[in-house]
Parts: sequence; C-alpha cells; structure tokens
Amino acid sequence: MKTPKSHQRQISAEEPNAIAAKRRRSSWILFKQNKIALTGFIIFLVFFAVAVLGLFLTSGDDPVLDPSLVRLQEKLKPPLSSPNPDALAPREIPSMKIYLFGTDDLGRDVLARMLQGAWVSLTVGFVAVGIAVIVGIILGGLAGYFGSYRVSAAHLAIFCLIAGGAGISYWHPFWGLAMGSCAAVLILITVSAGRKRGQEGKPFWVNLIGIKTFSIDTLIMRLVDIMLCFPSFFLILTVVALLPASIYNIMAVIGLTSWMGTTRFVRAEFLSLREQDFVIAARALGLGFARIIFRHMMPNALAPVLVSTTIGIASAILTEAGLSFLGFGVPPPYATWGNILSDGKRFIFDAPWLTFIPGLAILIVVLSFNLFGEGIKDALNPRLKERG
Amino acid sequence: MGDSNTLLNVAGLTVWFQADGERSWAVNGASFSVGRGETVCIVGESGCGKTVSALSIMGLVKTPPGRIAAGKIMFEGKNLLSLNDAEMQQIRGRRIAMVFQEPLASLNPVFTIGDQISEAITVHEKLAPEALRARVLELLRAVGIPSPDERLGSYPHQLSGGQRQRVMIAMALACEPDLIIADEPTTALDVTIQAQILNLLKSIKEDRGLSLLYITHDLGVVASIADRVYVMYAGCVVEQGEVGDVFLEPRHPYTKGLLASLPDRARRGMPLTGIPGYVPGRFGRPVGCPFEPRCSEAEKECHIEFPQFLDWGKGHMARCPVLYSREKRR
Repeated sequence: MKTPKSHQRQISAEEPNAIAAKRRRSSWILFKQNKIALTGFIIFLVFFAVAVLGLFLTSGDDPVLDPSLVRLQEKLKPPLSSPNPDALAPREIPSMKIYLFGTDDLGRDVLARMLQGAWVSLTVGFVAVGIAVIVGIILGGLAGYFGSYRVSAAHLAIFCLIAGGAGISYWHPFWGLAMGSCAAVLILITVSAGRKRGQEGKPFWVNLIGIKTFSIDTLIMRLVDIMLCFPSFFLILTVVALLPASIYNIMAVIGLTSWMGTTRFVRAEFLSLREQDFVIAARALGLGFARIIFRHMMPNALAPVLVSTTIGIASAILTEAGLSFLGFGVPPPYATWGNILSDGKRFIFDAPWLTFIPGLAILIVVLSFNLFGEGIKDALNPRLKERG
Repeated sequence: MGDSNTLLNVAGLTVWFQADGERSWAVNGASFSVGRGETVCIVGESGCGKTVSALSIMGLVKTPPGRIAAGKIMFEGKNLLSLNDAEMQQIRGRRIAMVFQEPLASLNPVFTIGDQISEAITVHEKLAPEALRARVLELLRAVGIPSPDERLGSYPHQLSGGQRQRVMIAMALACEPDLIIADEPTTALDVTIQAQILNLLKSIKEDRGLSLLYITHDLGVVASIADRVYVMYAGCVVEQGEVGDVFLEPRHPYTKGLLASLPDRARRGMPLTGIPGYVPGRFGRPVGCPFEPRCSEAEKECHIEFPQFLDWGKGHMARCPVLYSREKRR
C-alpha cells in the first residue's frame, strides 16, 4: 500500500502484497521441493487408490479376490507361489492364478485380506480423525472465541446434570431421567430468574444462581488437560472392552480420545484471530457469533489443523492396528492389517510373510502420512517461505 | 438537541477498561449528537477515546475488560445500551454501519470481495442469487470500483489500499443504513487516495441522504468534510461547534494548540509548533480539566474544576475553566 498509485489497476498487480496472491502456488512449489514429503504424498495417493480398489475387489457376492475363502489344502503357501489346480475346486482357484502375498494358516489369500484391511485402515483413519477434528474445532472455537466469558452457576449445573444424566441413563435409566428432570426444573428457574433480573430488589436466589463461576476457556481447556492425562491407549482398551466389538465403535472411540490436539491448535489460532479487525468488522455488519466463528474465523485457522489431521490419521491407523493385534479390534472374519499381523505371529518362523507384509504395510502408510504432514507444515509456514 | 432531526444522541457516555485491577477511563462523560443528513467529525489525538466512543455506539466494546459505566446512546429514540444482543444485531449493519481504519485487516483474507459484500446484504435481507449479484455490482459501481464484474472474484490482497477501502464502504452501504460511522478510514491511505475516498464518502452521503460520523485526527479532513466538529481530549469533549466557527475562532486551548500545530505556508521553513507533553495515562480520573498539565494558559482553578460548556451561539461551545471564570467575572 506504500507504493505510489498513479495507475491503480496496473500497480495492484505488482504490489508487495501480491506476493500473498501466490501463496497457494508457492506453498505447492515449496512442498514439491521437499522430496521426502512428496514421496509421502504419492504413497498416500497410492494407498488411497489401493484401498478403494480393494473395497471393490473384495466385496460383493462373488468377489474377484475373496478374503474369507478357506482352502485348508493350500495353507501357509509362501508369496509368489502358484495354486495347485488339482487340489482345488474350480471356484476356489484365485482369479490371479498366483498367491502374490502367500496364504495364511487357513489357506486364505493374504493379498485379498490385505486389500480388505486397507479399506478398514483408511476408513478408521479418516472417520476417527474426522470425529476428532469436528469435536476439536467446535470446542477449540468456543474456547478461543468466548474465552473469558464466565458461565453462571445455573448454566454450569444444568450442563452437568444433562451430561451426567445422559451418561448414567446408559446403566440406570431411572437416575438418568431423574437428573434430566432436575435439569429441566433448573432451566425453568433460570428463565424466570432472567425475567426478574431487571427488577429492583431481586430475591436472594436470583443472585445465587447468577454467580459467575469458571470461564468457558477454563472449562474446555481443563477438560483437554484431563483427557490428555489419561494414557489414551488404555482408555481405548477399556472402552472397547465394555462396548460391543464393531468397527464403528472403534472409529468413534479413537476419534473421541484424540480431539485434544486439534482443540488446542484451534483455540490458539482463535485467540489471535479474535483480535483481528475483520472479526470486529464482521460483528459490525450484524453477523451472529456462529457465523463469525465457523464462516469467518475457521477458514483462517485451518492450516495447523490440516497438519495435525494428516499425522492424526497415521496414529489412528496405528491405534486400530494395535487394538486388532491385541484382539480388541475389528471382529473376525473381517480382515484388518492388525489382525492379520496378530494371526500371523504364531507362525512367525514358518511363515514370516504373515507378519512382515502387514507390518511393512502399516509402517509405510504411517510413515508416509507423517512425512506428508511434516511437508505440509513446512509448506504452510510463512517464515520458511521467506527464507526460501 | 432532542428534536426529531437528531438521529443519534450520545449523552454522558463513560467507558472504562479494567486492567490489572486498575480502571482506565477511556471515555469520560462524552456527549455528542448527529443530525439526519449531517456529517459530524470527532477529532483528537490518539488515545482520546474516539474509537472507543464509536465502538460503544455499535455495541462492540469488549466486556470484560471494558464496561460502559454510564450514559445513554439514543438512536431514533431508542437507547442502544438497553438493547440485548439479538436486538443490537438488527441495528448493526442495517441501521448503523461502520468503516474501519485498516481496510486490509478488516476484510477477511480467505473470501472474495463479492462473497463478503453479498454476506453483508444477506445477513439482513434474503435475496435471490441474481438479485444479490446485481445488488453487489451496483454497490461496487457506486463506490467507483473499475470493472466490478471482474473484481467480484478478487481476494482482498489483490486490491489496492484505496480499492479495499471502497469495498469496505460498499459493505457499509449494503443495507442502506441511516448512519455510517467511519473510524479513521483514510489514515492508512496515501494522500491522493485519501482525497478520493473523502470525495466518495461526501457524494454517497449526499446521494443517499445518510448521516456520517467521521472520526479522525486529521484537521485537514475535518475542514473538507464536516458540518460540525467535536474536539475530544482524554475521553471528554472539550469543544464543539460548526466547522467554520471552531476553525476560525477556536476557544479551548487544546483546539488552539491543534490548529497551531498544522503546517502553514506563511511560516515556511520555521519549525512546527506542537503541544508539549502527551495524552495523560488513562489510569485514574482527573479531577479538573484533563488538559491542564499541558495547557499553556492553565491557571490555579484548572486543577480543581472542570466546568460545563460555555456557549458562544450557533452551538459553538467549549469547556475550559479559564474561559469559564473569565466569563463569570464579566
């Protein structure tokens, strides 16, 4: 803006701020320079393609590669061995005429099982991180935007009663219902207190429930601290042991125990965004807070979230594999990389491919996600850009 | 000034901010009013409470740490301070719009200007997409953006500073408000663009018959745009009146000092005169005239009392202990 403007339109193209116009493009250039990150990105794309392909090849009534077809006469065949057509019924012969990754102790095609598992890993990664990011963005956004706004005692009590009631009603519906009705009564009291607040000589109890307790920021960020204190893998183990084993429960549990990082990122971004003029300008236009938070501030806060998302997907895949390995994961016969690994560990000396193939697959995918995430972080970091 | 011609009347506005257990009084009983179709300037040094006054009108003072402790802000007979948040949202943007100082910072960097102006409209009105687009184009044309069709898809950083401020003005005009508050809209711009923006604001004001409350520290701007002017110092209005009166016959020593510090062709080559000292630290509330420590004409009583306004007719008033006691003696 400091440049002389004899001819506005022409100069606006050469303005120093036009550098920002190339921000997206230069991020990509910077990302491309980072060969390791680029490799990670390519592996990520390949993995994505394989997982989608795997879903099509291994599902349906008559799949091309059947992951659950048992051929006991062909068990523990090493990779790249061909099936013996004499010993098999015609429909048991694999479509590729070769066991690319060998067979397991029940003679199931490991390639087919890996493909099926890839889809599981992908969905677990994305859905779990999706849950984590949504929870993290909402809580982080509230904590960052409302910050020092203090919650009144009545509102806090209502929230605790509803949350506690919902939790308890899982085991004791009666007490849950009782807490819920307590909350309803409290809401009525608060509403009537709100009417009395403007009047002179308000009664004692109106003041009492209007007492300001903790700020929203304190409540949410201390919850984050508490959640971070749990050794989350064991928390997941406990919850998974209580809940019926299904892939959806696992996704939800992983998601609900990994939102804390995103919350912190989003809150930190919001604390600085909140003071920006465009947020005040948006309020001056008469926008409501939800619109300001989610439409105006959120897109400006997403860069660090994106980074934590890619790394989060990797750790979710790893967590799922760990759970499956320990036998708490996705129930058989559904194959995941974790349970292929866990089934194979009994035959590690006779059939090492049963452990090495899923192990390597997990290693490569998780590593590629991490490298990809690091690469994005560097590419979106404006300080590195100036140096380059 | 309670007649029907008054659009906005701020009376005894007092705003303080709490910092480290101490209260700093940003606005200290300021009163001013804006008539329909009138341009009013508030002028003063940095830290005089001009912006806080404007934010108070919009209901945008952060509470905490800020607090509007006293006063009334009457807008068309309604006290804005007694409205709740939802009612205030109906006023903001629709009835009173604001243009901010830094046009780049005030536009959201991730949306195109077309999106942002559309949003300013759709917050308060539901329009069909084609009608909305036509309206946005019309607004862009009204604020003099060249080839508005192409500019719709531009991001704020692709525009020049003057164009950004034009976009901000277009957003302020979006719902045809009755009052536009412009908080130093030209401070971040260079002088030629500043003149363009001032002319734009002037012509818009005249075409649409709206009122303008213009906040600035630039006396040149005041002279070229305002009908009436309020001189603020340390949260108080110290002098007010029609621009001609105040500029030709400044009464308060602070106004005199401000005018004397302007560069003047007649005194070419001579050092500029300034007002010694700084705006007082805002902690604590001064008892007497807030300008007393820096005032060249200060007398003993200035430290003790801060009298009411003295009227010289046509609404030209100043609030100065020396003038007051002189008047009393007469």
